[in-house]
Amino acid sequence: MLEVKGLRKVYQSGSREVEALRDLTFTVENGDLVCLVGPSGCGKTTLLRCLAGLLAPTAGDVRVDGKAVDGPPEGMAVVFQEYGRSLFPWMNVRDNVELPLKQKKVPKRRRQELIEQSLDAVGLTGSAAAYPWQLSGGMQQRVAIARAVAYEPRTLLMDEPFAAVDAQTRADLEDLVRELWKRLGVTILFVTHDIDESVYLGQRVVMLSSSPTVVQDELLIDLPADRDQLTTRADPRFIALRTRVYEQIQAAKKNAER
Amino acid sequence: MNVLKKVVLALALPAVLFGAWWVLSAGSESYYSPPLSKILAAFRTTWTPTQLEAEVLPSLLRLFAGFALAALIGVGAGVAIGLNRRLRAVMEPVLEFFRAIPPPVLVPVIMLFAGIGDTMKVIVIVFGCIWPILLNTVEGVRAVDSVVLDTARSYGVNGTARITRVVLPSASPQIAAGLRQALSIAIILMVISEMFAASNGLGFTIVQFQRSFAIPEMWSGIILLGLLGFVLSLLFRLAERRALRWYEGLRAAQRSS
Repeated sequence: MLEVKGLRKVYQSGSREVEALRDLTFTVENGDLVCLVGPSGCGKTTLLRCLAGLLAPTAGDVRVDGKAVDGPPEGMAVVFQEYGRSLFPWMNVRDNVELPLKQKKVPKRRRQELIEQSLDAVGLTGSAAAYPWQLSGGMQQRVAIARAVAYEPRTLLMDEPFAAVDAQTRADLEDLVRELWKRLGVTILFVTHDIDESVYLGQRVVMLSSSPTVVQDELLIDLPADRDQLTTRADPRFIALRTRVYEQIQAAKKNAER
Repeated sequence: MNVLKKVVLALALPAVLFGAWWVLSAGSESYYSPPLSKILAAFRTTWTPTQLEAEVLPSLLRLFAGFALAALIGVGAGVAIGLNRRLRAVMEPVLEFFRAIPPPVLVPVIMLFAGIGDTMKVIVIVFGCIWPILLNTVEGVRAVDSVVLDTARSYGVNGTARITRVVLPSASPQIAAGLRQALSIAIILMVISEMFAASNGLGFTIVQFQRSFAIPEMWSGIILLGLLGFVLSLLFRLAERRALRWYEGLRAAQRSS
């Protein structure tokens, strides 16, 4: 379970203070898939880095399974937006997936299993020897997902992972995330600026305001668990929900302008 | 075909220069610049296998010892300084000062402390060629991508693995650039240190030929030195290309996208 309570982050640069996050409180239950969506520049990345234990918040706290986060928590994996910078170009796909496992002291045979299973799961069977830069953008992000899956996390953070891939690849990767989530029973927090994506993927959508950020609204996505790109996106319920989210985001932007 | 073309292109200018030297010096009466034909004849008689072993091998051993030591210290200190902001603030002015001292002037000073043996020559080489390695390593380490570091941290890649699997590989293109500069400085300092005080070595032999007015032999020594530098940098280039194949591939991929 991921609990965020009263989270605030102020950046100090010289005598100037920039308040990125004002007051954020929300919870992600074990096994949930929650999407965070907000207008661009709403401090999503700051929030994610606080959750991942990469950045110390100014106030408030983040708890993973009841334990306060003061560094990267055990059992958490992160998929970054910039797959091109997050995968290590000096290692081939296998070594990229394997390095975190070695650090976790997973025995060799188990590592081989995990690498194979995770690459199969993301549809990259047989690409273990390739280097990341030999692959397309969508395939690189699949490698990053495979690395996260092989790590066997209880919590998976995804920071706008599909912002830089083309629309068709994106749809495939969205389905991949849903499928992995259902199969692995992992808790996923998915950050995005894409409203449709948040509704399509999430069980719940948390809407953020513009910076300085607060939680604008929360919405339960009561769509059936089996979703697919064609029928779900044409479902009147889907359209009603995306309209709700869209209105809230627009309201958030307007509030910011005032 | 492509390789052949490259080799031909690479050899064309040296061939032309040697040809010009041969033709222009053919009828030379000057004692100090004898015809190339005479120099090449001297080359054959001077640089026999025994002579190579007696004079060139000691030079090469000093060169490798100095270069390897400089690489070890330079990369080690460079990683420490590059990763630690406070250490960097303390060290940077001092480093700039030491780097600004032309290494040959240190030869007399180092001779006072380390005598005139091999130790002196290795110290001179280390002191002269460590700077490009050190400074390039510092820059390379500082330039490691923040997302790369975030990724390593969030997957628990820390301690030794962080340095050896993440920081060093990421900085390796820049470290290689520093090593390449250092190699040519090391060759220069090898020769200079041997010219000051030595009982063998390439630099010593060339000075010895000059003092005994063995002019064609002196020239042949200079040609040998040039060839040596060329072969060493070629070997370095090959090793670099092997080690940094990923970097070439990455850059090619970035250019085409």
